Amino acid sequence: MITQVSDSLYSQLIKTYGGNLPSAEPRSLDEIRKQAFERFKSTGFPTVKNEDWKYTNVQPLISQHYELDAEPSLVAVDLDGANIPQLDAYRVVLVDGKYHAGLSDTVDMPGLSIMPIDQAFERLCFAKYFAEFADKTDNPFVTLNTALFTAGLFIEVGKNTQLSKPIHVIYVSNARQPVFNQVRNLYVISTFAEAEIVESFVTDPQAARSLNNQVTEIVVREGAKFQHYYLQTAASQGSYLNHTEVYQEKHSLYNNYNCTFPGPAFVRNNINVRLGDSEVESHLYGVTLTADNQFVDNHTIVDHIHPHCESYEWYKNITQDTSTAVFNGKIFVRPDAQKTNAFQQNNNMLIGEKSAVYTKPQLEIFADDVKCSHGCTIGQFDNEALFYLRARGISEAQARVLLVHAFAFDVTSRFANTVVREYVEHLVEEGL
Amino acid sequence: MLSIKNLHASVDDKEILKGLSLEVKAGEVHAIMGPNGSGKSTLGNVLAGREAYEVTEGEILLDGKDLLELSPENRAREGVFLAFQYPVEIPGVSNINFLKTALNEIRAYKGLPPLEAREFLNRVKEKQKLVEFDAKLANRSLNEGFSGGEKKRNEIFQLAMLEPKLGILDETDSGLDIDALRIVARGVNQLRSQENAFIVITHYQRLLEYIVPDFVHVLYKGRIVRSGTKELALELEEKGYDWIKETVDAEKAV
Repeated sequence: MITQVSDSLYSQLIKTYGGNLPSAEPRSLDEIRKQAFERFKSTGFPTVKNEDWKYTNVQPLISQHYELDAEPSLVAVDLDGANIPQLDAYRVVLVDGKYHAGLSDTVDMPGLSIMPIDQAFERLCFAKYFAEFADKTDNPFVTLNTALFTAGLFIEVGKNTQLSKPIHVIYVSNARQPVFNQVRNLYVISTFAEAEIVESFVTDPQAARSLNNQVTEIVVREGAKFQHYYLQTAASQGSYLNHTEVYQEKHSLYNNYNCTFPGPAFVRNNINVRLGDSEVESHLYGVTLTADNQFVDNHTIVDHIHPHCESYEWYKNITQDTSTAVFNGKIFVRPDAQKTNAFQQNNNMLIGEKSAVYTKPQLEIFADDVKCSHGCTIGQFDNEALFYLRARGISEAQARVLLVHAFAFDVTSRFANTVVREYVEHLVEEGL
Repeated sequence: MLSIKNLHASVDDKEILKGLSLEVKAGEVHAIMGPNGSGKSTLGNVLAGREAYEVTEGEILLDGKDLLELSPENRAREGVFLAFQYPVEIPGVSNINFLKTALNEIRAYKGLPPLEAREFLNRVKEKQKLVEFDAKLANRSLNEGFSGGEKKRNEIFQLAMLEPKLGILDETDSGLDIDALRIVARGVNQLRSQENAFIVITHYQRLLEYIVPDFVHVLYKGRIVRSGTKELALELEEKGYDWIKETVDAEKAV
């Protein structure tokens, strides 16, 4: 399928990287990149004719011009937007996708490795896991990322290691000219390790437009536990395509808390969780609060492959003004995945009269002894509740805050980290 | 304290109140009785400022201030409190957080600083005792999972916490068993003072045995057609609303 070869970004990429992909040792990576690039060349960027991109038109993003491999700007970086009050964490900062040692904490904890991904190419687990998961999907942005990424983060939490505090990864857009960033991460949570990673996306107020195509592969090994937070708080000049591919081994736990707030013009998150063995547990929570003309799309896949696994997914969207939110929740229960317990719930509150929500629960169940339930609601402010609160002296604005908090409560109350939870509740309040 | 003059109000272009006048002075309890559809609840909702009710004529003054000019929240801050006939359940909003927000917004309106946490909790305890409302509030959502009686008691508890000038009880007795009724009435009686006033809207005389009113008004077809003392309620109980309907309709026919 050849699509719109006339895209400015597409032709720019082909012209720049045609026979000239980023290269480094080992050779095996070169081969992976080459194949990925060929795949991308044949598919091109997705269009709205593709079911997975039906409501998500990337054409306006890719018809613009970007600097492809911009040198990091040397101007000061404003990180205030990423500060989470009271959060004691190892801080890791990526400026325009590139690891910034000066702004990052030096982590000296046995069993924990954090480094720029290009320094991890020689590692055994890199060879074992890189491009093993995300590239099995048919997301053209993943193949593009595999072919062309030059920066990103490698985190390995060693066997039996329990992190005493979370890792706070901050992605800041800082470039003063329009850039196309491709960040590639690989996180390996080793057997019986426990980790918590909080990822913030922010924009320096001076930054120009940016398009960010990020791919994160995560392996949660046997008996490991991983709490993973996404806090999307970038500004309107930022557009994000963020693909997260999680592979879980036996007895592991993966919790994803995916929060998006007013700001970035365009956000597309793909969060795919493969429950790769039996007795695996996964939780996906999402809070999306949109404003102005924002577009936020969350596509998730929960893939039950083996028996006796449990997944629990709850996404809440609150749309204001003329913004749009998309939710697509796929749950696969493969023929072997007997005794699966899968739950999915998506609730939407349309505040803006001209805002829109597209939601699609998509359950494909091939096993016969399972428990799967899902629900989906679309509603507005409850005027009775609003009047009740106002009749007690609470201002209309404050009453709205209380009601949106209440709406998000099913999700925010599940946050394991109370400091992050308070921060998120504060952002909800600010975003209204 | 409250002065209602020639009040006309309608819902969906249907006129419900057709020239209602009422004077309530500080320290008084007025009962509003009347058959179904006479406009009792409309009066409560108009006083509280519910948007669906449109006032087409007349005025409402609270200590000289024009209530109709004020938003629902500002009416509450000026001291109007409507105990709802059907209190709303709001999952996710905690009782305590709700009360603290309400109390502090009312205090801020009056130029007072927010209550200290301890002061607030002491007050919660004291008022819970007053209305014998021992539900655990701290971790529960507003009215969620409350029984009918608990919801009504929670209304009176909120009234006790917010100390309004004018309390309007909209059919607070409906759905209450006799014990809950006594408790609610006892709470209201303890809150009565020379500084505040109550309007008790009820269909039955029963509640008025416990909350003894200074005046009883009978509402019919959107107007007060009879006013008297508590004996009027007894007479109504005995003769039924048909008696009112017949005599009033007969007077009109003349």
